Amino acid sequence: MIRVNDLSVSYGAVKALRNVSLEASPGLVTAVLGANGAGKTTLLRTISGLVNPVGGDIHLGDTSLLRMPTEEICRLGLAHVPEGRGVIEELTVEDNLRLGALASKVDIAEGLEAQYAQFPALGDRRKKYCATLSGGERQMLAMARALIAQPRVLLLDEPSLGLAPQVTSDLMKLILRLCESKNLTVILVEQNAKGALRIAHNAVVLHLGAVVASGDAQTVAADEDLRRYYLGLVE
Amino acid sequence: MSSFLTSSFMHNIFGGLAQGVIFSLVALSLVIIWQSTHVLNFAQGAMAMFATYVGLTEIGRGVGYWWCVLISVVVGMVLGGATERVLIRPLYGKPEINPIVVMVGFLAVLEAVATSIWTSTARTIAAPFSQIYFQSHGKLVLLSPFVIFQIVLAIGIMLLVAALFRFTKLGLQLRASALAPEVARLLGVRVNRMLTIGWMLSAGVGAIAAVILASGSFGLFPTDMDGVFVAGFIAAAVGGLESPIGAIAGGLLIGLAEQFILAYWSPNVAPLGGVIILVVALMIRPQGIFTKSVGRRV
Repeated sequence: MIRVNDLSVSYGAVKALRNVSLEASPGLVTAVLGANGAGKTTLLRTISGLVNPVGGDIHLGDTSLLRMPTEEICRLGLAHVPEGRGVIEELTVEDNLRLGALASKVDIAEGLEAQYAQFPALGDRRKKYCATLSGGERQMLAMARALIAQPRVLLLDEPSLGLAPQVTSDLMKLILRLCESKNLTVILVEQNAKGALRIAHNAVVLHLGAVVASGDAQTVAADEDLRRYYLGLVE
Repeated sequence: MSSFLTSSFMHNIFGGLAQGVIFSLVALSLVIIWQSTHVLNFAQGAMAMFATYVGLTEIGRGVGYWWCVLISVVVGMVLGGATERVLIRPLYGKPEINPIVVMVGFLAVLEAVATSIWTSTARTIAAPFSQIYFQSHGKLVLLSPFVIFQIVLAIGIMLLVAALFRFTKLGLQLRASALAPEVARLLGVRVNRMLTIGWMLSAGVGAIAAVILASGSFGLFPTDMDGVFVAGFIAAAVGGLESPIGAIAGGLLIGLAEQFILAYWSPNVAPLGGVIILVVALMIRPQGIFTKSVGRRV
């Protein structure tokens, strides 16, 4: 369970997050929605320790993540698939996956086996350099690399970006399936509100760094004003 | 065949390779640091010299040659790690000129300290290999057991470093930290530790170069590594700072060029060999001969 309480972040004079609070629980997908510049990515980067907040706190279970280095937060069982997927192009598919497993107690050979079973396309390309992968394959690899360490929490930053509609739809279903079968706490940041709301249990809407709405995903999805003004779902 | 081995052409090949492997080691050590921290370590030669002097002092107390090699490498690694922690770490994210200035200063300090402790006369370590050249039908072959040892040791170290980076978990984490530090952190890699280890590895490789130099007939003196550093630096630049294989090839190329200029022109202009190669290389492939050509998008 991730609890973010009253979190504020500034980049110089610019306030990127203003008193943001949210809770994400195991087995549930929590969607974080909003336009460009709403602070969605900053929220994930602050949870991961890449950005230091000016106020508020973040807990993973009972552990405060504040001032903890990113690599140690990862080692607590939090996997963050960053914006742009963070696939290391100069390494092979297999080396990317091995890298994901190194910091955990997972047996690397077993972990690779499990991910290749989950994503057969990656198994076929295991010796290929990642520069040769398509967008969809990269997203698969980024997911597999996050999952191989058997995390408790999964942060996903715009996983649908640049993917074809069918691929996006499959990806969303996969996220939901993984979340429920592995009892993962998933925080899903998306500009594609429609796709995200289809699988999310809860949703938080950010606007200019502040929470403007949060709650049950269906309630958020049904709110005409939210749809019109913040989610871009009404033409 | 035997007359071929004793020909002056082969003399120069052997001599060039023997010199070149030293340059290659220094170039390799520069590339390791450049790849992990994007710092051009101008004190690399001086650090290697200093570490080797500590080893030399121990040999004066009666330890064996191999212990001296080991001590020099270990001292080099400790010095490298400490340098990263104390001098370089505060400079990450600052302008690139800052670490260069600091390391040039550190170079001067190390050479001054070494001179005041050990004086500026050259010292040698007696390697357990004969420096007497082989003969073939009464003619000299410009190879001695020591030269062969020097070349084999250097190649062995290079293969070891390559294997470490290519096949081990540590190597994978070192590569990831250099290629994508933020992603590596997100995957739980302790990137700061990797940077320190990168400097340690690099300084250890550099120390081997100074040990080989000290084992040769001319020995080692405190500013001895300056020239070697320049050649190693050119080798790394010619090969492309991103490419370990390029650095090694660059070192050999410069060793050979200097040797041939020395033989066919004049010993006085031999150091020009490296400079000529640098100029030619920069004209043909400014990004380095062995780097993949990456166009910068504008």
